[in-house]
Amino acid sequence: MGESLEDIYQEYIIELYKNPLNFGEIKDADHKAEVYNAACGDRIILFLKVKNKTIEEAKFTGQGCAISQASASLFTKYLKGKKLEDLSKIAKNDVLSLLKIDLSKNPTRMRCALLPLDALKKALKTTTL
Amino acid sequence: MFDVEKIRDDFPILKTNLIYLDSAATSQKPVQVIDAVDEFYKKHNSNVARGLYKLAEEATLQYEEVREKTRNFINANDTKEIIFTKNTTEGANVIMRGWGEKFLNKGDKIVTTILEHHSNFVPWQQLAKRVGAKFEVIDIDDTGLLDETDLEKKIRGAKFVAVSAASNVLGTLPNIQKICKLSHENGAICAVDGAQYTPSMKMNVKKLDCDFLSFSGHKMLAPFGAGVLYGKQELLEGMDPLLYGSEMIRSVSIEKSEWAELPYKFEAGTPTVDAIVGFGAAIDYLNKIGLEKIRTHEESLIAYMLKRFQEIKGLKIIGPRDVKKRGSLVAFTLEGVHPHDISAMLAEDNICIRSGHHCAMPLHTRLGIPASTRASIYLYNKKEEIDQLVESLQRVKQIFG
Repeated sequence: MGESLEDIYQEYIIELYKNPLNFGEIKDADHKAEVYNAACGDRIILFLKVKNKTIEEAKFTGQGCAISQASASLFTKYLKGKKLEDLSKIAKNDVLSLLKIDLSKNPTRMRCALLPLDALKKALKTTTL
Repeated sequence: MFDVEKIRDDFPILKTNLIYLDSAATSQKPVQVIDAVDEFYKKHNSNVARGLYKLAEEATLQYEEVREKTRNFINANDTKEIIFTKNTTEGANVIMRGWGEKFLNKGDKIVTTILEHHSNFVPWQQLAKRVGAKFEVIDIDDTGLLDETDLEKKIRGAKFVAVSAASNVLGTLPNIQKICKLSHENGAICAVDGAQYTPSMKMNVKKLDCDFLSFSGHKMLAPFGAGVLYGKQELLEGMDPLLYGSEMIRSVSIEKSEWAELPYKFEAGTPTVDAIVGFGAAIDYLNKIGLEKIRTHEESLIAYMLKRFQEIKGLKIIGPRDVKKRGSLVAFTLEGVHPHDISAMLAEDNICIRSGHHCAMPLHTRLGIPASTRASIYLYNKKEEIDQLVESLQRVKQIFG
């Protein structure tokens, strides 16, 4: 297997796939959204708990490839403590820099990596309150 | 003698160290097909059924010659029954709109199976919604074969039955002969999707007695854009066209239009002449080698793949284990590794393999899995490629520990 593979499948990516961070539901979530990548069957459900206009807790469930799951782990960690007003400023590159892998030549994998961002955008539009 | 190395010599793309195991998505093309298209553009290019000059007559003759080759290939009665489409899906839509919407009524029963590709599922589901028909789906048993009891129960009282001759995920080869017979005993029309079957198994529509058969050329060595819909003449005569416009017309006045005779009634607009010419070369190529020999070669490879897959811990084969009951593919899951990661990792070893739901979401839901990985083969694949696949899968297992 070549170098680029090792670049994508870094040990910490596989570790996060096996032992994801923030995996689980938030029963009384303020925002919740489910997104689905029809091309490969990745599914992420994002839960957000808000307090004082700040993300107090972010969790996710679902199933998917190592990239989408690792991305969701890192992204939920990143979201905690973020102010609501700053959430709309989060861009694709912010998510990609969390993963620390180069997906510029893998448009299909890019969709997996960005799935948690899609979930955030959708979650902000749907409040469960 | 079936000489796989000699066959591989005909496929330019295989000379690049590529292990192509995605022929169920589309086959690679031999130089004979590529050259036929090339020669058409260099020597015969013109529109069909229009011009009277030599070039146009040549193009028309070539195009119609392929229709005859296709008729012979599936043993239809008449070239009037051979409609050129873009692909299998378009064929299903011609049936849905032209026959289904015209002849089915509220309360009628439409039946298909859970192992279908979306192209042989969604048109019938939507047809049922449009005409207010009941939509029933035949289940599979634990081995991935169609549930015989459910099949007989659901076909009873049906008006239309659609089934694939070979599943693109389970590999299952449903007993289409029996399903056609049962459909007719119940007064139903039976449409067969041959997309995964016709590339390596002999389809004989006269013997099978199916009412419709749709398949794609690109899965059987031909260029993209050459597909076939076979229909019994009396059915096609009574149907409305899917597409309206040029080429499908006998006469047009301000008040009304009359449709052209079969099969042109269903071939509106300029056809994909180049692809059809290539399709003719593909049929010649397959006939020269012989479908029986191709199928025998595939059976031995699939048997070998099933055997080697059992060496991989955590690999679960989807569908029947009996090689005689499956077509040219094996789908599987690997414990602890998402299918998407499998195909991405195998890509690094130049192995082209498909992951996802393979356009069969209802089936994956039925199986209780989000996705699967699929290795599909054709006449140009060889044992050594399966060995490399197994070796790479073992390494994927290692990395994901």
